[in-house]
Amino acid sequence: MTDIPFLSLAIWVPIIGGLLVLATGSDRNAPLARMLALAVAIAGFAVTIPLYTGFDPGTSAMQFQELSSWVPRFNINYHLGVDGISVLFVLLNAFITIIVVVAGWQVIQDKVGQYMAAFLIMSGLMNGIFSALDGVLFYVFFEASLIPLYLIIGVWGGPNRVYAAIKFFLYTLFGSLLMLIALLYLFMESGGSFSILDWHQVPLAIQPQILVFLAFLIAFGVKVPMWPVHTWLPDAHVEAPTGGSVVLAAIALKLGAYGFLRFSLPIVPDAAQQLAPYVIALSLIAVIYIGFVALVQTDMKKLVAYSSIAHMGFVTLGFFMFNTLGIEGALIQMISHGFVSGAMFLCIGVLYDRMHSREIADYGGVVHRMPKFATFFMLFAMANAGLPGTSGFVGEFMVVLGAVEYNFWIAFAAATTIIVGAAYTLWMYKRVVFGKVTNPHVAELEDINGREFAFLLVLALCVLGMGLYPFPFAEVMHASVDELLRHVAVSKL
Amino acid sequence: MNFVVPDFYPAAAEIFVAVMALVIMLASTFARPIARGLAYTLTQLTLIAAAFITIFTMQGEVVYTFNNLFVGDLMGDFLKLLIYFSMAAALVYGRGYLNDRNIDKPEYYLLALLMTLGMMVMVTANHMLPMYLGLEMMSLALYAMVAFDRESVRSTEAAMKYFVLGSFASGLLLYGMSMVYGATGSLEFSGIAQSIHNQAANETVLVFGLVFLVSGICFKLGVVPFHMWVPDVYQGAPTAVTMVIAAAPKLAAFALAVRLLIWALFDLAEQWQTMLMLVAVASIVLGNLAAIAQQNIKRMLAYSGISHMGFVLLGLLAGVVEGDRHFALNAYSSAMFYAVSYVLMSLASFGMVILLSRAGFEAENIDDFKGLNKRSPWFAAMMMFVMFSMAGIPFFVGFFAKLSVLQAVVAANYFWLAVVAVVMSVIGAFYYLRVVKVMYFDAPVDTSPLKAAPAEVRVLLSANGLAIAALGIAPQALMSLCAYALLASL
Repeated sequence: MTDIPFLSLAIWVPIIGGLLVLATGSDRNAPLARMLALAVAIAGFAVTIPLYTGFDPGTSAMQFQELSSWVPRFNINYHLGVDGISVLFVLLNAFITIIVVVAGWQVIQDKVGQYMAAFLIMSGLMNGIFSALDGVLFYVFFEASLIPLYLIIGVWGGPNRVYAAIKFFLYTLFGSLLMLIALLYLFMESGGSFSILDWHQVPLAIQPQILVFLAFLIAFGVKVPMWPVHTWLPDAHVEAPTGGSVVLAAIALKLGAYGFLRFSLPIVPDAAQQLAPYVIALSLIAVIYIGFVALVQTDMKKLVAYSSIAHMGFVTLGFFMFNTLGIEGALIQMISHGFVSGAMFLCIGVLYDRMHSREIADYGGVVHRMPKFATFFMLFAMANAGLPGTSGFVGEFMVVLGAVEYNFWIAFAAATTIIVGAAYTLWMYKRVVFGKVTNPHVAELEDINGREFAFLLVLALCVLGMGLYPFPFAEVMHASVDELLRHVAVSKL
Repeated sequence: MNFVVPDFYPAAAEIFVAVMALVIMLASTFARPIARGLAYTLTQLTLIAAAFITIFTMQGEVVYTFNNLFVGDLMGDFLKLLIYFSMAAALVYGRGYLNDRNIDKPEYYLLALLMTLGMMVMVTANHMLPMYLGLEMMSLALYAMVAFDRESVRSTEAAMKYFVLGSFASGLLLYGMSMVYGATGSLEFSGIAQSIHNQAANETVLVFGLVFLVSGICFKLGVVPFHMWVPDVYQGAPTAVTMVIAAAPKLAAFALAVRLLIWALFDLAEQWQTMLMLVAVASIVLGNLAAIAQQNIKRMLAYSGISHMGFVLLGLLAGVVEGDRHFALNAYSSAMFYAVSYVLMSLASFGMVILLSRAGFEAENIDDFKGLNKRSPWFAAMMMFVMFSMAGIPFFVGFFAKLSVLQAVVAANYFWLAVVAVVMSVIGAFYYLRVVKVMYFDAPVDTSPLKAAPAEVRVLLSANGLAIAALGIAPQALMSLCAYALLASL
């Protein structure tokens, strides 16, 4: 292994680059800001590639570790490292950042520098979340990443953006502050250490375990989001600009799910085992009930937002069955959902930029004017519905298999999502794309341009590639997931 | 009777400031035409020189002089340095503001210096009497400063209110002191502690005295239920004076709390902890809830200040757990760190209000911040730093302040307190977010460029905002300074 601190680079290249973009100043320099932002995003992705190529899938240990003291007074360390669970998210995040910068190229004409900078800084902060191995460092990145997203929704969002931005911020803040108390408790119990890896070894009685678990459940459950604390997400999605929705769906939702694997399961395994039925129940409600909620939406973005909640329900379901298929399937589902939901929001963004409407009823017959677009949209809609051959299928299938191993009826209930998911996605697709052109504005639509074609094509390749050959993704996480399961099986009492 | 010449050396800074106050008074009388500039310059130079004197006369160990009336220790020196700094900063911020309103008079600087002297006496007192004298010196100067804009009805009203309630609180404090004296037979802190420790004191009288002392301290800190004056005075006083009230006196009040409660009455910790607990919870709850309803930013910051002082008290009350003093240093230094961070944030927040104000216009409504990002992205970012820092969001110093206090509270096993504090912080975040919202999400109403403020205000404000961010990234130095300063004094 080399001594180049790739994880630090993955965090700080986008952040410092973002500050440089901010320094370009007013909108007179918008072209410069865009070019610089693209260069930073590409550089940010480039520095994460060695994380994959240099990754050793044979071990479950943390790799690319960096450790230096940050606040010795509280024994807080700048401790970074990735394992098979987190490494892919760092790459996914850096990759999505490029897409987001490209997607905002022409659409954003107001305060371009600040827009690009906010996304770049957020990207760096989220890499920090995925690679932090110190509780406070994790928390610091976790909370700091709220600021750029708050500004993105509030400054460039839709008409009801203020409500959505503040709701988003307060919901997440509430959850994470309870987590802070849990972190401080663990700090005390572990004899003065904030190291997450140390916490994995701290013995705890069942009652504190349950309280810590609940604190984490609220923090991460809000972020995932799980039913019934999901209501901020549709608001945030609907009001956010396209880029904001993409990052929110593709990356931000994964933070909560990732937290379950990094904190809840290994630190309080007994509480996790004991409370698993409740989490599974909540997940099933998300999968089934929210699926039906999605069915009746008239706003495309809201529909995809609810479908995200349902898909994330699948993820939490997979985690709490404590078997390899479940957890690996959930992880694959998370990555796939990153591509698919990102692509869905971009497609809706493409339509919105032309028509300035997200109402399904305003569309119809789009295929006559935008055949290339309709093809891409078709692919992503299929992936969202979990069609075999697309990435959406792999994860769902694995989770359902894992569920069969756990309990047939849970598997049965979860599997209904494949029908409901197909129903709401394809019905929406049908109403938007097919049929007669009724709205005169639709008759004037122009098909996607080269820039839009490029980012949709890249995402389409990812969705198909992952659907047809998921092995490279599964291979990386195997050792870490096995180790996690071994750890969870050992009681800490 | 023997007359012993006391050791003046530890009190050199106090003596210097007292002499300079007289010099400035005389100079501004005799040099009328240039008096304003002269008084300002001399005051600033005095504060800088006092800082040097304090640094050079600093001693590692605790020294007593003037018949044990005066104590020189690291905590006192550290707090004095911060007091000079925040007074100097408040004067730089306020000068242009006062000038625009034709109240930039030499007496203002004289009062500021006398007030500084009062605070210095407070933090170095080792005896009830100098403690009270310092407190009164500070308070009387402040009352006059609040009323400095004598044409303004609101300022006069605020000053009157402050004076009446302040005198009342001083009375409570004096009454408490007399009871403690009655119970222990001593006015000197170590004597009081000794007497309580030997169980020579009358418990009933002592606890009654304690209640009055705690009330007095709470008034000076401005916490519930002694907070009534805070919003009115903050709003009514000229912003330059509000800034003075909101910064340095909190540090002096912190010293007051440490000297009285920890030095003198440490053996009653169980009793005063319970009182502080009620007060802290009430302050955090009421401060945060009331701040939501405010349209006036000075009032909002006043309520937010009440809740921040509640957090300082949380740190102070987490020191002793069931007789175990093991956590004391950790808890008290977290409270001190919180107080210092708050002073920094508070200076910057009122600095922003001053920056946006100009002759004939007070930018005191939250709506006056509308669209600031359009008018000046740089200062909008600075204000955003301050707001997020006050809300306790990383990477700003306010986060580490909250973290260290919560850590102390959790270590003391007061989980419910931590949960209350945290839940109220979420509610508190709402009004800070609203300020960010009007700056970033709304269109500007007032589109005039921000040229009114003089250059030094802009530079200082930028430095202040950046310091809040820098301390949020590297808090270690300040944290260990606080711990080190307290370690020597405990």
